[in-house]
Amino acid sequence: METEIIGLIIGMAVLTFFTRFASAVLFKGENISKKRNALMIYVPIAVFTTIIVPALLFPKEKLDISIYNEYLIAGLISLLFAYKTKNLMGTVIIGISVILLLRFAFGL
Amino acid sequence: MLTEFRDGLKAMIPLFLGVASFAIAYGLLARKAGLSLLCLTLMSLLVFAGASQFVAISLLISGASFLLILFTTFVVNSRYFLMGASLKPHTRKWGTKWQVVLSFLLSDESYALTISHFTKNAPSKYYQLGVSLGLYIEWVVFTVIGGLMGSFLGDPESFGLDFALPATFMVLLLPIIKSWRHVIVCVITGVFSIAGFLFLPTRWYIPFAAILGTIVGGMLELWKRK
Repeated sequence: METEIIGLIIGMAVLTFFTRFASAVLFKGENISKKRNALMIYVPIAVFTTIIVPALLFPKEKLDISIYNEYLIAGLISLLFAYKTKNLMGTVIIGISVILLLRFAFGL
Repeated sequence: MLTEFRDGLKAMIPLFLGVASFAIAYGLLARKAGLSLLCLTLMSLLVFAGASQFVAISLLISGASFLLILFTTFVVNSRYFLMGASLKPHTRKWGTKWQVVLSFLLSDESYALTISHFTKNAPSKYYQLGVSLGLYIEWVVFTVIGGLMGSFLGDPESFGLDFALPATFMVLLLPIIKSWRHVIVCVITGVFSIAGFLFLPTRWYIPFAAILGTIVGGMLELWKRK
């Protein structure tokens, strides 16, 4: 098990380094055209959304769109806070506080 | 040189608590998945990519195949490719050794701080190194702390700490949303990820929704230009 996991970690490390270093090799470093930048911005938008949405909607591996889903409520409140302040620290603290508060209130 | 390095370190202070709680959540979750302290630390040292580490661990817990874990790692981290590309005009003159080191240390947070600094100031490799190395050390240290806590505490979910993942990515996502097309892509990608979660085998929704969402975005962008 341990050796297999270490093999997996090395595989992940190689792939991740490739994604980080490939552009340093491939691009000569002229300014990238605005057009290409406008296209490439969709990669992080899609990746981040794919991570955020299921983390809020499938708290116990089941789709839950109700006020009893504390992750969804905390997510919406944090989203508003993040939009106003762009403050990671505050967003995490507010989100976690809302989750714990709702669990206490609903006795979850 | 030293001032620039120190400026870089200072720039990461506002992110400190967010990154720390994210790292602790990863450490706790990794223990829950049955990873040894050695393995979870090794992953932080060698991979150093919060989102994909977090995702890899939840994939391990849900019993996904190694193939899917590697494929997902690649898709989730493919965003570094374009971050590197957008930094390249600033970093081109720094020589291969620096490129290798700074590429290895590239993260969402260091990219966001570095690129906004470089648009206002003269690009400095020491600044980027300060930001990146600071985040690297913080990530590894708090990962170990999380792993150690995991031996005593148990489930990160019972403290709501797993919320650090979506919270971090919300803060990273919002500043790059600049048009209604971007919002539309978020909504469509969100729907893809829900559908993928419901209908695809364990966690394949991640590469599925991320790739489809990017394609939809590209199509919208090209359509706008006509």
